[in-house]
Amino acid sequence: MRYLPLSQSDRHEMLATIGVSHINDLFKDVPKSALLKEPVDLPNHKSEMEVDREMRALAGKNIPAGSVPFFCGAGAYRHYVPSTVDHLIQRGEFLTAYTPYQPEISQGTLQALYEFQSQVAQITGMEVSNASMYDGSTACGEAVLMARRVSRKKKAILSGSLHPQYIEVVKTVTKFTDDVAVFNPVDTYAVDDLIAQIDDETSCVVVQNPDFFGNIQDFSKLAEALHEKNALLIVVVTEIVSLGAVRSPGSMGADIVVGEGQSIGNGLSFGGPYVGLFATRQKYVRTMPGRVCGQTVDADGKRGFVLTLSTREQHIRREKATSNICTNAGLCTLAFTIHMTLLGEKGFRHLAHLNHAKAVMLADKLSHIKGVKVLNKSFFNEFTISLPIDAAYAIEKMAEAKILGGVPLSRLYPDHENLKNQMLVAVTETVTEADMDLFVSELKEWVKC
Amino acid sequence: MLNNQGRQTDVGTASQQTSNNFTTHSGNRGLEQDELLIYEIGDTKRTGVDLEEVWDFEPRLGGVTRDNEIGLAGLTEPETMRHYTRLSRKNYAIDMGLYPLGSCTMKHNPRLNEKVARLPGLGDIHPLQPISTVQGALEVMDNLAHWLKTLTGMPAVAMSPKAGAHGELCGLMAIRAALDKRGENRSIILAPESAHGTNPATATLCGYKVKSIPANKQGRVDLDALKSALTPDVAAIMLTNPNTCGLFERDIIEIAKAVHSIGGYFYCDGANFNAIVGKVRPGDLGVDAMHINLHKTFSTPHGGGGPGAGPVVLSKALEPFAPVPYVIHGDHGFELVEHISDKGDSKDSFGRMTAFHGQMGMNIRALAFMMSHGADGLARVAEDSVLNANYILASLKDVMTASFEGPCMHECLFDDRFLHGTGVATLDFAKAMIDEGYHPMTMYFPLVVHGAMLIEPTESESKQSVDQFIGSLRHLVTEAKAGNKELFSGAPYLAPLRRLDETLAARSPILRWSKPENE
Ligand SMILES: Cc1ncc(COP(=O)(O)O)c(C=O)c1O
Repeated sequence: MRYLPLSQSDRHEMLATIGVSHINDLFKDVPKSALLKEPVDLPNHKSEMEVDREMRALAGKNIPAGSVPFFCGAGAYRHYVPSTVDHLIQRGEFLTAYTPYQPEISQGTLQALYEFQSQVAQITGMEVSNASMYDGSTACGEAVLMARRVSRKKKAILSGSLHPQYIEVVKTVTKFTDDVAVFNPVDTYAVDDLIAQIDDETSCVVVQNPDFFGNIQDFSKLAEALHEKNALLIVVVTEIVSLGAVRSPGSMGADIVVGEGQSIGNGLSFGGPYVGLFATRQKYVRTMPGRVCGQTVDADGKRGFVLTLSTREQHIRREKATSNICTNAGLCTLAFTIHMTLLGEKGFRHLAHLNHAKAVMLADKLSHIKGVKVLNKSFFNEFTISLPIDAAYAIEKMAEAKILGGVPLSRLYPDHENLKNQMLVAVTETVTEADMDLFVSELKEWVKC
Repeated sequence: MLNNQGRQTDVGTASQQTSNNFTTHSGNRGLEQDELLIYEIGDTKRTGVDLEEVWDFEPRLGGVTRDNEIGLAGLTEPETMRHYTRLSRKNYAIDMGLYPLGSCTMKHNPRLNEKVARLPGLGDIHPLQPISTVQGALEVMDNLAHWLKTLTGMPAVAMSPKAGAHGELCGLMAIRAALDKRGENRSIILAPESAHGTNPATATLCGYKVKSIPANKQGRVDLDALKSALTPDVAAIMLTNPNTCGLFERDIIEIAKAVHSIGGYFYCDGANFNAIVGKVRPGDLGVDAMHINLHKTFSTPHGGGGPGAGPVVLSKALEPFAPVPYVIHGDHGFELVEHISDKGDSKDSFGRMTAFHGQMGMNIRALAFMMSHGADGLARVAEDSVLNANYILASLKDVMTASFEGPCMHECLFDDRFLHGTGVATLDFAKAMIDEGYHPMTMYFPLVVHGAMLIEPTESESKQSVDQFIGSLRHLVTEAKAGNKELFSGAPYLAPLRRLDETLAARSPILRWSKPENE
């Protein structure tokens, strides 16, 4: 077997050194009845070429986003990732290292994390960031739990235009604690309703910007109302590229910003692994979940980086830890930070501007189709349209014509009859005008009949 | 190029000079190069990407437009390549040498796995594309589920948890949902003192109190103590097996029976599955739920801290409570159950743990690893990992103090008794390993022995590599016992940096770069 270096004679020699005659002598603590007498019922080993072939066959049964005009978003976006990013994250020194608990031999990972934290804090307009969570949705759940620790109050109010699967995740993590999560109807422009719900029990309000339907708002007023009641504003950003064009949540008064960082440096990968961003105010850092990297000096006085403030974490605090997270999004944060470094201020702003320009272009083209309406007053690179027919049906039909035309709202809101004809359309820099025209002409066909 | 005379060079007078205390103008030391922060190299004007020009258009951002400079530093492509390449060379990695980090299973990461995860048909698909366009992806999930269920002898598996700790949460939530359904409100999770920190942290997240159960002299759960702790208030026991001392819990079947007899569940932390994969099925031991760290047993890269994946196998009793989404076989191929509905199998599901469907990229890599090894090869993985660990134990136990009687499973545990009187602590000993060219072993975990050193070589090491490692450790023990304290107290001497001041870092945290005041 190509991955196993021990030879048969090595094994014999080693057993002799140990002083046993058979490998199963080393398994003598396993109850006899449980030690398998023969291999489990699965295929035997395969060569690299055979596995490669079988995997290609499986891959061949899917339609890759890059092979067709592609407009899906809803929390996962297809951006162009420069070749440099994927090359660098595959360097064995990054790829095959563990969590940097031994800083003397982990400065590569640690410095990259420090730079990552700096970038995340900058784009969100916050003071500090951690070294990542699993993804945006789990980061959102963690933010709600953190708001409770900070405010010492239990009631989290969730906007109805937060990503529905993020809402589900919050529902799950608060299910078995005494936290109370308050859910709201789907309605983008209900900020005043949210404000009206804030009371003395409220720990936080969670909003998304741009929201799940693509609309952009200024939440400063909401922040003020919350701060008056010693409660926190949590802003979720699922399309992090938007922050190149849209005002940062920090500037609106957010206390915690969580984000899905997949758009920068990371591919679609059918939903994971992604990278959860988590940023907050300096004064809350000791209640923050997850690892964090900080600057220090070594014995010779040279600058270096270490994982720090670990008295919040499970390996030290155990049942009193701020979170149970251990393994995080490591390599995906590296991809994020390398891509962000390649972009820089100039590239990041340009990328955001380009995404917005293309989205505006497609929105205008679509709104000329009879029966199709663009529902947004504002948007960044994604918006909601309504059709005269079932949107899931239209999307399925377009897929048959090799166009991945967006995400039907019914996929996420199966019980909302009123959203059945609506779909989300995302446009990134990867979409060409020719792609848009194909999409428009195909959609025209389907809404006609 | 040859030198300008086109002749070979010899060492000349270099052999008479020493290289100690040699300083350079640049601060670099040959191939060891210092590297500044991106903010100190680049600026907000520089970029490493070319994007198409944007035309004039009327923005529709609702007036919520960014009007301040973010301050992001950019680098051109060659500068970026060099920055991260230089940084990478300051890391230790499996690709460079034995990585004996107990409990973490730092095994070889095959590059075939990386290659197939990047096939456009697997890496470039959107989680919400029409189901008809992702049948191959669902088949990957279904295949992996089949391998995991067969290897563990369990009837069901939840595929969405994103790492081991997330899997623990999944398992405990399924247990809690099952108890709720029975109308029982139990409040305690039993866990041994040797448990990994994530176990108690997870129990708290799930609304439980943790009660610790002591170990016996053999490093295993004290069965009598366990039995007397099994009050009707106990929801579950959380037990790692093989345990964090590297030992198989001999009484495991009896433990499972005892927990079941009071109506509780058995959660097994499967972080150490590598020791028994293909040899023992947890389903035969009475386990109700167990997470599997794909980034340990099934070789998906640790990536400097993540990502991982933590699918959870479940017993028949817990299967109805599994989280959404999950794959089913429908009339037109594979389907994905994404919502809980009152009708159908999902009605008792405890909910959703993450947006989308979990760590697909990790699933592909793990499946490629399993297919490569096959049923025959996976049993060999367990055997070779156990063999390497026992060989290390046998080769060191005359000079280091093994905490428990062997044989061990895939990792061997020593404590610091052999260092008594030397003035060398576990930490110093571990740091000296860095100078020998090794990543230290896991230190001070598990908490049940003093100054723990937990060594896990994995099956990826050749005998030659293990022998060299043993040689280095024996040498260090000899030096410690000979009173050569400086070798340890100042270590490492030969790493990119000397020991770092972690106290300073925690006392006045600097967690990000900021523009220097005087600019
Ligand atoms: C015994 C044990 N349990 C649980 C975990 C947590 O797993 P993860 O880091 O994947 O969340 C670990 C990982 O370090 C472990 O060693």
